[in-house]
Amino acid sequence: MTALAPPVRSGPSRAGRTLHAGPLAYAVLVVAVLFSAFPFYWTVVAASRSNADLAKVPPALLPGPHLMRNFEAVLEEADIGRALLNSLLVSGSVTLGTVLCCTLAGFAFAKLRFRGRGALLAVTVGTMMIPPQLGVIPLFMLIAELGWVNQLQSVVLPGLVSAFGVFFMRQYLVQSLPDELIEAARVDGASTARTFWSIVVPIARPGMAVLGLLTFMAAWNDFFWPVVALSSSEPTVQVALRQLGGGYVHDQSVIMAGTLLGTLPVLLVFGLLGRQIVGGIMQGAVKG
Amino acid sequence: MTLTAPPAPAVPRTVPPAPPGAARRAWRTVSPYAYLAPFFTLFVAFGLFPLLYTAFVSLYRVELQTPGDMEWRGLGNYTALLRDAYFWVSLRNTFTIGVLSTVPQLVMALGLAHLLNHRMRGRTFLRTAVLLPYATSVAAATLVFAQLFGRDFGLINYVLGLVGIDPVDWQNGTVASQIAVSTVVIWRWTGYNTLIYLAGMQSVPVELYEAAAMDGASRWRQFFHVTLPGLRPTILFTVVVSTIGATQLFGEPLLLEGSVSGGISHQYQTLGLYLYEQGWGFFHLGRAAAVAWVMFLLILVLVGLNALIARRRSRKEAGR
Repeated sequence: MTALAPPVRSGPSRAGRTLHAGPLAYAVLVVAVLFSAFPFYWTVVAASRSNADLAKVPPALLPGPHLMRNFEAVLEEADIGRALLNSLLVSGSVTLGTVLCCTLAGFAFAKLRFRGRGALLAVTVGTMMIPPQLGVIPLFMLIAELGWVNQLQSVVLPGLVSAFGVFFMRQYLVQSLPDELIEAARVDGASTARTFWSIVVPIARPGMAVLGLLTFMAAWNDFFWPVVALSSSEPTVQVALRQLGGGYVHDQSVIMAGTLLGTLPVLLVFGLLGRQIVGGIMQGAVKG
Repeated sequence: MTLTAPPAPAVPRTVPPAPPGAARRAWRTVSPYAYLAPFFTLFVAFGLFPLLYTAFVSLYRVELQTPGDMEWRGLGNYTALLRDAYFWVSLRNTFTIGVLSTVPQLVMALGLAHLLNHRMRGRTFLRTAVLLPYATSVAAATLVFAQLFGRDFGLINYVLGLVGIDPVDWQNGTVASQIAVSTVVIWRWTGYNTLIYLAGMQSVPVELYEAAAMDGASRWRQFFHVTLPGLRPTILFTVVVSTIGATQLFGEPLLLEGSVSGGISHQYQTLGLYLYEQGWGFFHLGRAAAVAWVMFLLILVLVGLNALIARRRSRKEAGR
């Protein structure tokens, strides 16, 4: 139970892979890594400089001493503190709710028999590819009707809808939950609810963790809908960044400080659990 | 002790436990729906309904300030779109930016995945490092790149200057601004696609490589004749996903300069941004819904086209 990845594929293909990377391969990959990482480094440089430093030729390439001052400025001018708190609330509840809803539905699709199973699954998977952005207008009219504009639940509730999550959990459970276990529980007279909590959830936990990670990052970074539904008085981080980029603040270094603050939490998650995220994406790819 | 009643045990014996058993059995047929209920309630309310209702709204005049008032317009929103020059500009931009961002991104991802598929030191680190941009938001990434692409003091123009290239106006030039927008997309998504390709490559049976090597095929030929054909479904998947993403592009063009028009002459306004401008810049929700519906049709056509090309190619190859 310690392995995060479910037994998706035993590795005959990997076992036989003997091609070693040459120096050229390493060189190209190092360049790619630098290309990936440089904008992060640059954010730190720009966020720790004064605005005047950023308007110099040649430009400064090393971090400067003004990081704290710029942080203070952006906390004051763009209310990043509140935005961080809101984003934490929104992403946290979206993650918990999504993982729960998707595990329940994924379990039903994977292991229970009922009428309309195929059709319901088809509807779910069929909408997986349709971008939710196309529904923003009715969604906005709906939350306006409910009086939720500029309130966090307008972002949380639609955020819970994850067809991908249902599909992901279904695939996970199909592969890692043996039918015999469910059957044994049934013979022992356990109710389906009991079966769910004491058999399904423990087995599904690694999959739930991966889904939770992916959901948290997606919720934290979600842009279009929060920009539509919220405003600067109740912002998430992305809404605050949109304000920063919208010309309200002119200091480039302050904008970069805000960007850095807004990105740090996901970078932290990524730094701690990057491996699992990599695994999750590759699993999703194999199954998708 | 043979005074027992005539043997009719079969029926009575099942009767006593029957009430709970029947209830349980009834629950067994109903309970799957209980598991689905939380997801499907939300899905219908906040997923399916908005998508379908968009088509309906697009036939009405709906203003942002009074979203409850709907006035029938028929196809008026659509004819208004077709008459708006900026609609066509944004449609064209969506195509050009889509190609500029998708093609290099997928080609680079394919190359990187191929390299990462070798045995090497630090593979976990390398995989995580290429995925790093995926962790950032559109907003953060675009703000940083907007800074890097600054006309007067941007680092990119400075570096270009070092090799003797005149400063490029990354905001106002049509091609230049579209390259800037595409760069953000490429930066954020190349690593993600690399991992998808890598996963696909690892499921190509190793025997195929062994057979190819036995036939004396060079590594290069193996890549083209074993890896790529084996990867075809994965490639189709990434092309479809990237195409859909490109059709939706919104945050990158919005935050390059922070305006909803996508540059002073709309030179990098995409359909996603145009939709937002119609709805939340000009308050015409009905017309914005028409844009959304056009985007949906566009996606259907593009995805259909992809599938068609893929099928044709595989048929051709089968016939060879």
